Amino acid sequence: MITYALIFAIGCYALALLFNLYRVVKAPGVTDRVLALDTMAVNAIALLVLFGIWEGTAIFFEASILYAMTGFVATVAYAKFLLRGDIIE
Amino acid sequence: MELFWEIVISALLVIGGFFGLVGSFGLVKLPDPMTRLHAPTKAATLGVGATLIASMVWFGVYKDDLTLHELMITIFIFLTAPISAHFIAKANIFRDWKQDQLPPPAGNGNWAVHEVESDTSAEELQEAEVSQKS
Repeated sequence: MITYALIFAIGCYALALLFNLYRVVKAPGVTDRVLALDTMAVNAIALLVLFGIWEGTAIFFEASILYAMTGFVATVAYAKFLLRGDIIE
Repeated sequence: MELFWEIVISALLVIGGFFGLVGSFGLVKLPDPMTRLHAPTKAATLGVGATLIASMVWFGVYKDDLTLHELMITIFIFLTAPISAHFIAKANIFRDWKQDQLPPPAGNGNWAVHEVESDTSAEELQEAEVSQKS
């Protein structure tokens, strides 16, 4: 049962990443692009964790923690740049 | 007991996958930038949280290795999603909305992005200027 649920979840997140990629490539405004990249980082965390369950190793924790942190910092830096034209004032 | 945990983990995985997909679909489907902000920051955050908790329970049950790493990532994402949403909304107001298109905020003054003096660094800059002159 877990195997089927895992396959379903991996399929869902793969499709979600494709939607995000579409939104990054064809965005109506630049803030949409930033938002799509942020969502992409979050979905990548989920996919890494699911792959960790699939393989049965805990080795992907560190990668997902790094993804969470750099994704957040990148989003804030990008939004700050759009807002002020500068990141650290 | 094995079956119970299997059902719990499967339910969490299916909920997580569904909400992650809804969040990203909303990003494509919804009509304008401010409403598009809602889907990923709420639905996708919930989906990823459910997936991470499923992973935590799975390692606890099948590997006898219950750790709180995943809970840490979940809390981190739940804390940072509103902050990044706020920043993106602020950038969006600054770029796409004129001052007279927006309803005035409660109290005195204007929206923070349209009022340079409301920036917290404005006072510091002024102080630095004054101290440079003297």
